[in-house]
Amino acid sequence: MSDELLSLTAAEQARRIESGEVSAAEAFDYWRGRAASDDLGAYLWVADEAPGDAGSFPPIAVKDLFCVKGVPSMAGSRILEGYRPPYTATSVENLQNAGIQVLGKTNQDEFAMGSSNENSGFGPVQNPWDRTRVPGGSSGGSAAAVAAGTAPWAIGTDTGGSIRQPASLCGIVGMKPTYGAVSRYGMIAFASSLDQCGPLTRDVTDAAILLSHLQGRDPCDSTSLGIEGGVALPTAERLDGLRFGIWGMEEPGLEPGVAEQVRATLAKIEELGGSVEPIELPNAGHGIAAYYVIAPAEASANLARYDGVRYGPRAAANGDLTALYEETRHDGFGEEVRRRIMIGTYALSSGYYEAYYGTAQKVRTRIAQDFAAAFEKVDFVVSPTSATVAFKLGERTQDPLAMYLSDYYTVPMPLAGIPAISIPCGLSEGLPVGFQIAGPAFSEARILDAAHALEKEIAFDGVPVR
Amino acid sequence: MNYEPVIGIEIHVQLRTRTKMFCGCSLSFGDQPNTHTCPICLGHPGTLPVTNAEAVHFALMIAMAFDCEIAPRSIFHRKNYFYPDLPKGYQISQYDIPLATAGHLGDVRIHRVHMEEDAAKLIHEGSSGRIHGAETSVVDFNRGGTPLVEIVTEPDLRSPSEAGEFGRLLQATLRRMGVSDVNMEEGSLRMDANVSIRPAGTETLGTKTELKNMNSFRFLERGIAAEIARQEQVLQGGGEVEQETLHYDPQSSTLTTLRSKEEAHDYRYFPEPDLVPVAPTDAMLERARAALPELPAARAERLERDLELPAETARLLAFRAELGDFFESAVQAANGEARTLANWTTNELAARIGDSDPAGTALEPGAFAELVVLVGEKKISASAGREVLDVLLAEGGSPSAVVEQKGLGRAESGELDEIVDRAIAENPDAVEKIRSGKPQAIGAIVGAVMRETKGRADGGEVQRMISEKIGA
Repeated sequence: MSDELLSLTAAEQARRIESGEVSAAEAFDYWRGRAASDDLGAYLWVADEAPGDAGSFPPIAVKDLFCVKGVPSMAGSRILEGYRPPYTATSVENLQNAGIQVLGKTNQDEFAMGSSNENSGFGPVQNPWDRTRVPGGSSGGSAAAVAAGTAPWAIGTDTGGSIRQPASLCGIVGMKPTYGAVSRYGMIAFASSLDQCGPLTRDVTDAAILLSHLQGRDPCDSTSLGIEGGVALPTAERLDGLRFGIWGMEEPGLEPGVAEQVRATLAKIEELGGSVEPIELPNAGHGIAAYYVIAPAEASANLARYDGVRYGPRAAANGDLTALYEETRHDGFGEEVRRRIMIGTYALSSGYYEAYYGTAQKVRTRIAQDFAAAFEKVDFVVSPTSATVAFKLGERTQDPLAMYLSDYYTVPMPLAGIPAISIPCGLSEGLPVGFQIAGPAFSEARILDAAHALEKEIAFDGVPVR
Repeated sequence: MNYEPVIGIEIHVQLRTRTKMFCGCSLSFGDQPNTHTCPICLGHPGTLPVTNAEAVHFALMIAMAFDCEIAPRSIFHRKNYFYPDLPKGYQISQYDIPLATAGHLGDVRIHRVHMEEDAAKLIHEGSSGRIHGAETSVVDFNRGGTPLVEIVTEPDLRSPSEAGEFGRLLQATLRRMGVSDVNMEEGSLRMDANVSIRPAGTETLGTKTELKNMNSFRFLERGIAAEIARQEQVLQGGGEVEQETLHYDPQSSTLTTLRSKEEAHDYRYFPEPDLVPVAPTDAMLERARAALPELPAARAERLERDLELPAETARLLAFRAELGDFFESAVQAANGEARTLANWTTNELAARIGDSDPAGTALEPGAFAELVVLVGEKKISASAGREVLDVLLAEGGSPSAVVEQKGLGRAESGELDEIVDRAIAENPDAVEKIRSGKPQAIGAIVGAVMRETKGRADGGEVQRMISEKIGA
């Protein structure tokens, strides 16, 4: 019976649970077994048993940085080793209230800082399509688990592409909602003005279901707004009258195989009645530079609380306060996290603030204006999600700049606060290629509808060669 | 050379809200350590601050009390530094766009008013009581996250006593508004002073130093005086004042350096991305305005003008709001008699109740007014009035009933006549002395009469009667 669940989307499994063909507890148990069999390094913790009420949906894999009461929540960092929060994140609680229980906690780049999951304090994650390659990051564990069939669906967070890029590299759907659509309360912060929770799923309908339960105004998060009117499930099968602006096809780093799949997808848009035209985002090219000032600056403050005083491991330090801070933080943080804390601290320093942080904020405003201008002309801005397919483990670890460029196509949207989805659109050299669709703030329902229509037409076979 | 001190004050006020600035923990003073904490004020991973609306309300009231300009959108910043009393590694405070600017309290201009959160409390175990040299330091997070308003004056004060006066006016004003306990010893009101000196008659500002840790107005005045003297000595010795932060020790009257300019922190301020700007709506402004009571400075002026009280008495009643409230209720009950009532309030009543609130005694304002009228109309003597007041404070009731019960009514003239005659007859020596030109000898006869009447007679009247009877 149970192995049948593996071939179903979460929505389809929910229907079986509802009709009584399979009980929620059986479904939970099945997925618990699948998660426990993970050998990609995707999980950091798996539930021992189903909670009292197993819910009305199959359970969900949750990125490690979501706080879940009593469950290890370490944001992939040794500095939070053994930390079990006294409370649960609002987004996770919303899912639980909807009948979606926590299956396990997934591996990630430490504090969501990375594009390959190689910065995890608990080891890398392998890509199920090719175990010598990265799953992308930072939500690499969530993406790999869904792609490998060790989780029916998952949530992650996206700061500069951390949902969409791993979704693209693993051949699944990943969506970053509008900033403020989902509460950030209980998400261990990387960069507060950019972080946003979103779904990683097998198809667009599952993403819409998760988003409909995740979103909402939360009194515990002043920056949360929710999505007015909620999120309806997508039904569109045509794209008649919709205008798509294609961006970034001339970038030198774009792999020909990726470009080919993206162009094929553009042709499908036209087959479905949509129109495609090139669109300029004149300042998007500065996105990476601005992002790598703003995100580290905010992170340098967000990570200051990890001082060994109240929770987490503490260095011995022989009673010297400064040594306590230095040794605890040196031992607890990985190299990339330390690098970004230093970049951010520098960028905020007296005398440099305007030149770095001030300038980056201006670029951010310009990028938002670019999108606003684009959305005067088109309904969606589309592009590759990643310039390349999944790269080899270790390939970019010695070259931070090359790693940072992995987020070239995904960074502008969070800088502008707008939503975007990545859907698989084909294979290049046997590896998945992602297609990105971005829309104006709070256009999630329209993006999901367009992605739904396109998904049907693409008919991507999501099962990795195993 | 003659130097002129230039002083500005920075004040931290703990607000008396029900909960902390950015979380739902209740405020406390003196409770068991670490019993008023939650994941938010302990800086747990993933938590977010949410601004306390009541704290904004109180801060708006304060800004309005100073006639400040209120910013349409003020923003919170993060002030970054590492210290065990700061669980997030940054303090949420306001920086380049504070809640309010450009106000005044009396003649002193207010530079800015902004909101922030208090740090936790560190307790250092060891002989020094400071972190250096402590054997162990422990943290009590109860205080962490308490709403604070910081008030910064312009450098408008010119002497330690002006600074002290300003501090007292500020304290009385905030107390009247009910926004803070304003207790300096408990730390709900904290004052730092920026001090510089310059040659008298010049306009440029000298290098200033910052004085911390003065937990009473007396220490504030003394600390500033000591720092002025120190700076004068430095300049007269041909030296230069260094910009630094100083700690004033009231026990030894000494100033020690806490931080030099080189050691000043780079706080790396940047806008707090977890909070939205504070944008007061018309309704919020209206609510704050409506909540403002008459403030001490205005009240003193009114009492002096409308009730013709002496300035010092008016000020006393205005600065001790609960005494002033009691007084004004009594004035209403008595229909006038304000001056006598004011004297009785600030002298007899204040002497008996100390710092406590007269509303907390058994004495009713109407009864108090009636008592003062009885004395004023000479129905009872002043000393009998004081005795009645003691009874009323303890037991309440009406003054005339107490007078009757205790037989304190003024002696009738017939009765008094007899007593005076008897006293004259019993004191022939005194009579002789008065007649031979020593009028002060009358005291002995008056004393005898007063003893006999148990104070119910009026001293002046008795004296007049004696003089009449012996023809002196």
